[in-house]
Order: sequence, then C-alpha cells, then structure tokens
Amino acid sequence: MLGKLNWSAIPIDQPIPMITSAVVALGILVILAWVVVKGHMPYLWEEWITSVDHKRIGVMYILLAAVMLLRGFADAIMMRGQQAFALHSQGYLPPEHFNQIFSAHGTIMIFFVAMPFVIGLMNLVVPLQLGVRDVAFPTLNSVGFWLTATGALLVNISLVIGEFARTGWLPYPPLSELTYSPGVGVDYYLWSLEISGVGTLVAGINLVTTVLKLRTRGMTLLRMPMFCWTTLASNLLIVAAFPILTATLAMLILDRYFGFHFFTNEAGGNMMMFMNLIWAWGHPEVYILILPAFGVFSEVVSTFSGKPLFGYRSMVLATMAICVISFMVWLHHFFTMGAGPDVNAIFGIASMIIAVPTGVKIYNWLFTMYGGRVRFATPMLWSIGFMVTFIIGGLTGVLVAVPPADFLLHNSLFLVAHFHNVIIGGVLFGAFAGYTYWFPKAFGFRLHEGFGKAAFWFWLIGFYVAFMPLYAVGMLGMTRRMQHYDVPEWRPWLMLAAFGAVLILIGIVFQVLQLVVSIRQRDELRDRTGDPWHGRSLEWATASPPPVFNFAIPPVVRGEDAYWAMKTHARRQDLEKHEPEYEDIEMPRNSPTGFVCAFFATVMGFALIWHIWWMVAAGLVGAFATFVAFAWRDHDEYVIPAAEVARVDRANLAERRAILGAAGSA
Amino acid sequence: MNILDPQGPIGAADKTILIDSVAIMLAIVLPTIAAIFAFAFWFRASNTRARYRPDWEYSGRIELVVWSIPALTVILLGGVAWIGSHQLDPATPVEGTGSPVRIQVVSLDWKWLFIYPDQRIATVNTLTVPAGAALRFELTSGSVMNAFFIPQFGSMIYTMNGMVTRLHLRADNEGDYQGLSSHFSGDGFPDMLFDVHVISPLAFPDWVAKTARSDQVLNAESYGKLARQTVERTKPAFRLDDPRLFDAIATQMIPPGPGPKLTSEAAQSYIGASDAR
Amino acid sequence: MADTTMAYADSDPHHVRGALEYSGPASKRIVTGYGFWIFILSDMVMFSAFFATYAVLLGQTAGGPGGRQLFDLPNVAIETGFLLASSFTCGLATIAADARNKFWFQISMAVTCLLGLAFLTIEGREFASLVARGAGPTRSAFLSAFFTLVGCHGLHVSGGILWLLTMMAQVFAKGFRADIQRRILCFALFWHALDIIWIAVFTVVYLLGSAA
Repeated sequence: MLGKLNWSAIPIDQPIPMITSAVVALGILVILAWVVVKGHMPYLWEEWITSVDHKRIGVMYILLAAVMLLRGFADAIMMRGQQAFALHSQGYLPPEHFNQIFSAHGTIMIFFVAMPFVIGLMNLVVPLQLGVRDVAFPTLNSVGFWLTATGALLVNISLVIGEFARTGWLPYPPLSELTYSPGVGVDYYLWSLEISGVGTLVAGINLVTTVLKLRTRGMTLLRMPMFCWTTLASNLLIVAAFPILTATLAMLILDRYFGFHFFTNEAGGNMMMFMNLIWAWGHPEVYILILPAFGVFSEVVSTFSGKPLFGYRSMVLATMAICVISFMVWLHHFFTMGAGPDVNAIFGIASMIIAVPTGVKIYNWLFTMYGGRVRFATPMLWSIGFMVTFIIGGLTGVLVAVPPADFLLHNSLFLVAHFHNVIIGGVLFGAFAGYTYWFPKAFGFRLHEGFGKAAFWFWLIGFYVAFMPLYAVGMLGMTRRMQHYDVPEWRPWLMLAAFGAVLILIGIVFQVLQLVVSIRQRDELRDRTGDPWHGRSLEWATASPPPVFNFAIPPVVRGEDAYWAMKTHARRQDLEKHEPEYEDIEMPRNSPTGFVCAFFATVMGFALIWHIWWMVAAGLVGAFATFVAFAWRDHDEYVIPAAEVARVDRANLAERRAILGAAGSA
Repeated sequence: MNILDPQGPIGAADKTILIDSVAIMLAIVLPTIAAIFAFAFWFRASNTRARYRPDWEYSGRIELVVWSIPALTVILLGGVAWIGSHQLDPATPVEGTGSPVRIQVVSLDWKWLFIYPDQRIATVNTLTVPAGAALRFELTSGSVMNAFFIPQFGSMIYTMNGMVTRLHLRADNEGDYQGLSSHFSGDGFPDMLFDVHVISPLAFPDWVAKTARSDQVLNAESYGKLARQTVERTKPAFRLDDPRLFDAIATQMIPPGPGPKLTSEAAQSYIGASDAR
Repeated sequence: MADTTMAYADSDPHHVRGALEYSGPASKRIVTGYGFWIFILSDMVMFSAFFATYAVLLGQTAGGPGGRQLFDLPNVAIETGFLLASSFTCGLATIAADARNKFWFQISMAVTCLLGLAFLTIEGREFASLVARGAGPTRSAFLSAFFTLVGCHGLHVSGGILWLLTMMAQVFAKGFRADIQRRILCFALFWHALDIIWIAVFTVVYLLGSAA
C-alpha cells in the first residue's frame, strides 16, 4: 500500500537528524501558527504564494536560497568539525552519516542556494533594467520557482524519512547503482533534481525570451546593462545544459528502477559515459552560476565608482566567449580517467583559454575604478573582496587545468579549496553584493551598513582561514571526503580550517542580525527616492519598491547607462516639467498554478522515491489537471485604470522631487 | 604524503610543472592584486587629489594589453600542458634499472589487492617494490570506481570494473611511504590507505621468495572472500596459483563484487533489478 | 489577415531603420512562439544526450542481439508514414485555425490524433515483441539505450496526443480566442519537432543499425 515506506524509515537511532528535524518542525509550526493567528494568511496567499510578479518571485527565490544556505552551512561546519577531530578516531559522525552530509552539502549549495540566489536576482532585476513590466511568461515563472522549492523540500525530507545519497553531490556509478546503493538515498537525490531541473529550465526559457524579445523602446542589445548580458549568457547555458542533466539522471533512474544497463558494471554498461554526460552539464553549470555574479559586479563597480563600465563591448564579447567555450572543457573534471595525452592536452588548453575572457573582465573592472570616485559601501566591499579572491581561485583553476599537475591534485582538498575559492569568492560574494545592492529596490529601505560591513569582514577573513589550509593539506596528499584519517601532519591544517568555518558562522550571524535590525529600523533606513546609490540603469528610475507595473510609462532609451543619461538630461532640463499621458495597464493575474503544480510534484516525487505507485499516478493526474484548469481560465489579466496609474506615479515623482530638489543637483 | 617531496621521476616532473605554472601565473596575478588595492585606495571618493574622469570608459591601448596578458600567459601554459601531458601520460613507460616489475592492482571494497603475476604472489594493502626499477601497473576495479594514488611517486589513475588502466612509475629512494584511494567509493573508503615499501633491488627477490612461501593462496575462492564489503585491517600476503586471475577479474569472468546487504526487508527494492549476466 | 499569421511587432521586421528605432517589446504571439522554440531547442539537446549515449553503447550487446537481428524495416517505414502524415494533417489544422474554421480544425486534429495513435500502436507492438523475444531493455546496454531513445520519443508523442485532445476540447468550448491560437501554434511546433526528431531516430537507429 505504501511501497517501501514503513516506520523503520525514520532514523530514531540517530540523534542529530532527529533533534534537527524536531527543531525545524517546531519552528515551522510556530511560524505557521503566528501567520494564521495574526491573520496574515490571505495576504501571504494573494500577494506572495500565488504571485506571478517577477519581483515577488525573485524575492522568494532569494529567501529559499538564504534558508538553504543555513542548512548547507550546518552540513559544512559538521564536516569541518568531524575532520578536525577524526585523527586515529571515528569522530562523532559514523561513515554512513558523514557520507550523507557531504553529499547533501554539495547538492544543497549548488542546486538550492547558488542557483536560486542568482535566478532570484535575475528575476528581480532584469525586467526593471530592461524597462518592461514583467518577464515573458509570468505564470510559468511562478511554476519554475515552486518546482525548485519542491526539490529543496524533498532533499530536506530525506533527513527524517529515509536517508540521503551517500555518493557525493554527483552520483557516480557504479557506486550510485542499485547494487552498491540499494537504499532510497540516491532516489531522493535523483527525483529532487529532476523536478527542480524542470523549474530551472523554465526559468532559463523565460529569461532568454525576456532579454531577446522584451526590451523597452530604443534599448538595442548593445545598450543593455551588463547584468542583462550576463543574464542572457547564463540562461542560454541553462537552456543548453540542463536537458543533459535531465537525460543523464533519467538514465540512472532507469538503471535503478527498471534494471536498465546504462552505467552498470555488467551487460555492457559504461560508467565513463556517465562522467562525460554529467560533466557536459556540470561545467556549463558553474558558468551559469558565475556569469550573473560577474554581471552584479559590473553593475556595482560602475555605480560605486561613479563611472560607466570600462570597455563595455569588450565585456560583452568576453561574456559570450565564456558562454560558448564553457561547453568545450568538460573533460578537465576527469583527466585521471586515462583518456590519453592528446585528449587531455586539448581539454586542458581549452580550459585555460576560458581564463582569457575572465581575466579581461577583471581588468575591465579594475579600469572602471580608475579615474572614478570609489565609495566603499558594502556592495563595493564584496566586489573588491571578490576580485582578489577570485583571481587566486582562477590561478589554482588554471593550475589544475594542466593535466600533469592535476594528476597530483585531482580529488584532493586542493581541488576542494579551488572550487570553493571560485564559488564562494565569485558566486556567493556576488550574490551578497547583489542582495545588499538591490535590497532597497525590493523593499524600500536599505540594509544596515555597519552589520553589513562586519558580515563582509568575517566572511572574507573566515573564507581565507577556512580554505587556504585546505590548499596546504591537499598538497600533503589528503584526498576529499575522508570521514577519518591516520596522517598526523594533516590535523593542524584541518583544525585551522574548522576555526575559519566558525569565523564564517559569525559572518552569517551578522547577516541575520543585519536583516533583523534593518527591518526594525526601516524608517530610518527608508529609500524615498528609489535611487539610494546614485545608480546608472533603469531600475533606479522606479520607486522603491516599484509599483506592480514597474513603469507608468515605458521609458525610451537612447544610449548605455540609460538612467544616468536621463538624470543628466533631466538635471539640465531642470527636471521634467510636463506630465506624461497615462494609459490603462494590463497586468497578468496571480495564479495558484505554480504552487498547486508543485504540490503535486512533491507528492509524485515522494511517491516515486518510495515506490508508492498509486500515489505517483494520482500526482500525475493532479498535475495535468492543474495545467488544464490553468488553460481554461477566461480572465488571465486585469486592468489598472489610467487614473490609478497616474495617482501612483504622481506620488512617487513628488517624493523624488522633494528630496532631489532639496538636495540640489546630486 | 607530501606531493612537494617526490621520490620518483614522475612525481618530480609533475611537481616541476606545478611549481613552474604557479610561478608563471603569480607573475601576472600579484601585480594585478596590487593594482586592485592601489586603484581602489587612490581613487577613493575622499581623495581630492585623484582626477575624476566620469566619461572615460574606453581605451584601445588598454584593451590590447588587457586581452594580451591573459592570452600570452595561456599560450605559455598551453605549451607546458601539451608537452607535459605527452611526456607524463600515465601509460607512457618509464626507464629503470634492472628488470621492470609488473604489478596488477585491483581496487576492492575497501582494500587494495596487488598481484605480482610474474612472481606468483599477491599482497593486500601493502605494495613492496625495488628501488630504481620501472614499475608497470595494470589496474582494474573489483566493484566501483576508485583511484590509485601514491602521492610521493606521482600521477594517480582511476580504476574501473571491466576495464584496465595503465600507469608507469619509478621509486628512486628506499623507504616507507603511503598510498591511498583518491576517489570516494563508499563507507569504508577512508580505510583504503596502503603501505608502500621501497626496498633495495638486492633484497627484492628475497622478499618475493618469502612471500611465495605464504600458506594463503589467492584463487577465485579467496578472492571472492576479499571482494566482500569489509575493511581489511591486516595485511595478508598470498601465493598466486593462476597468473591469469587479474585477466579474469578485468574481463568480468569473475563478476564484480557484491554491494551491501540491506538491514530491513522493507528496504529491499520492490521491483528488483534483473541483470543479464 | 494581419493577426492570423506571425504578425510582426512593427512594419520593419528586419530593423532596417537602425538602432534608434528599436521599437520595444514584441507582441504576445511572437514572444510565445519564440519562447516555445527555445523550449524545443532544449528538448533537442535532451534528445542529443540520448543519441550520444546510443552511439557510445551501440556495440554493447552483452552477447545478445544487435540492431541487425532485431529491426524490422518495413514496420518502421509504416509507422514513419503514419507520423509524417500526421504532421501534414496537423498543418491542415493550423491552416483551419488561422481561417477560424472549427469544423475543419476538429477533423484535422482528430485525424492527426488517429495517425499518432497508429504510430504509437505499431511502436508499442514492436517493443512488446522485442521484450517477448528476450531482447528487452534489461538485456544489454545497447538495448537500454535503444528503448530509451525511441521510447523517449514515443513518450513525447503520447504527451503530444494528450495535449492535442486538450486543444480540441478548448476550441470546442471556447473557440479561437487569442490565447488558444497561441497554444495551437505551440502545439503545432511541438508536433512538427517530434517529426524532425523521428527522422533522426529512424535514420541513426534503424537505417544505420540495419545496414551491413
């Protein structure tokens, strides 16, 4: 009746997951109770859960990422703690448990922290920067978000019902085949990612179409902000790479569920095929993550230097070059599989070639600062921290791209340090910079600057203290994923790394404090003009937060840095004197399609994991019914009358004029 | 296990490439990092002496330099990569003194089996080799993917069931070293460390002879016991009856090792895998 | 007829007037079609992964039967004929939708559905007979790859038929509303794309697999 599911799936003999799950469940119940009792449920349902507004969806993506960052970081600090103590000892985490933790850590950080964070930022900002009202497919946008949330939910359910994969964040066969991983762990991984992969693909299609087909009048491609270019490149990669992941995980599912032989040891299966396929997705994936971060830095560095981005066309060329070349380097993830010198050398050289456009970008940011007036607000601190840190990570990356060097360093903690160097120093610092930079736009008040700076310093120093020792211990021969070890020379480095993780923890605490304090002090931190940083692109032309329709009148663009031009123009014209002609605006209606569809997807995913076939069928029928119900809507839009548009716009403009007028020319 | 303290030519060559590559890149990276700090500091908003150039956003000369620096670095390193990959390909034989030693390596869950087909002996978790001799490794796996790695001797190589990978190394100095698996393979993975004894080439035949007098025999049956999922705490030595045992393992005539037994009835797969054998 | 064909957002579809006149966001129909094309491209990437896997595992028959022993070319020719014909009738349905002719639309769609079902029936019979002969997907890696590649296409056709029936119901209930027209456009693109994939499948899998 319930497939493989029975009471023994709950790990009552393992205190850590039991206590964690109890605490989390309690927390969720308390929050839910507070929401319901205070009467916030209708607001949450109508304004957030069923919202198809890109701004709301963007915020929800980022919230998901932030919550999952806490879970992923908890895994990290447990691992560092284990390794700091596990010399000649089993530590406090038995192998079955430790192996799940590092697998969950990687899976969560890549798929449910980094991806949602950058997709959230792109969703929030890109339509505003392009001067349009929403993305190309708003309801589909909601579906994409909720499917991603489904994936995150399934991974977290594995903590308390069943187990998670014990294979690492990429489930290499034959270890991940049924013979060697007979439990449900790998199945949790597979279905969670198949489902959220659909969500990601949907976001990719949405953003590519938005950037290519929905820009405001006069905004040719070469007048788009740099963040929109990196969005385009990143989402083209999503569209081209995620189907490979879907196919590869599907093949592993077929092996495990139906006895197929894609990657098994016997009957001709080929485990090397899995390596090639998964990394053909996996390498573009890391560029999917880093390109939006590069876009954030382009925006932040130019805004806080008070200058346009240096070498815009060069940056566009570099971005698209990275986009294309990222598909040609995947073999560098398994030089040691024995492909031979010619193949290894070609892929090694290709991997180095991709460092050229990346280096160009660093130099262009450098020269953006040159001749500028640099203000060291928190987003700029993150950017400078990124530039230095990412260069080091890039150096170690090009190093392991040299096959003979990789023959010594593959799978070692040196490699682990390298990819954390570029992911934390690149993607995460970029995410934090973007979060701080665009927070006022999303919510109407800035984040507390002092806590922001404290968080930055603890993260920066903590990162170096946590990961530089890992470079050292990798050179001392230590390989990754070791639950215990017998080499005394490794221990001091691992203890230092654990201390670094504690410093990062303090940084995270400061970030949480920053949010709490900023909400409390939101009146003092209010952004009344919509342009708290003296920005250069169109999102700063709207109020903070923007009205649901973003722009009362679609802006007309005549050059790069559209808003900067408008401000200069307006200052010369002594601010706009005459009022524009307001018209009715049609906006898409909110819809529960995304949430309901994700509900059925969760049911289906859980049922597939536990082999509850009738529930799978029910979920499938439910999902299809949801789509049909959505398709049957007669009214998918609502009209905001011109008078209402005028009222909102006049209020915003009046506020802006009052402050800018009083301040004189900025 | 320090890779910067190599004990053989492959390790030494790998290390040289590593150090040279880092040096080449640092020559670019250090000035760039310095420039980042310098520009950020000099052009800080509070510095009234710095010249503010709000419209300066392009310079052809700078672009040329900025594209050239990474490009030239990459060309240089690309050459290093091409030459290094060819000279240090794991399957390229190494020269040595005396006769080369052929060692067949089987990674199991969770131990290493070393078969010396020419000497008709086999050891588990201990590798004994003569100093200065060319070591010719043929590697396969008895179950899941692993990677054979002796950090101080040089390059690692994957082991995969149903396939044979090749590695050539040489150990130049006598002594005791350690090797490990550098590819995660399951719950007992951290225990896959093995000892490496490099002994004098004069002492090697004596060691072989002593090991050949072992009362344990490695055949399909005792191999089957080794292939079960256990961690091996002792370091047994065997004499080898059939020198073609490795081939049987590598061609799957001896099927791959079994996986874990599930502890509960309910955790068994509902459908059950039907493998063609 | 302006709204029954792919209407361009302005009268300068190739932007000859230059950058100054980039006229803003495209129309809903263009945006929808464009987005769906991107989806089709992504689906083709997924099929490429299955094609690549098939190519790699072609020889891995584990001592069992290979393509030459298993493929029945006349059968494949018939099902190909059905599928290609269904593309033709789908085209007729699109023309009927453009002309807002409910009767011919429903007839064409119904015929498309029958032809698609015929295709699936033949394919299903082929799969069943292979399994009965002990040449099912669990026999060898080659057969796993074959069943997955061809089966994935068949699953897409099945999903397409479900979508087809839904479109027939929508037009029946609500007529040729603008959003329904956009969905018909997407459906047609999907159906024709399946044809293109099938041509690749029967060439790479069946024709090349049966050759000497």
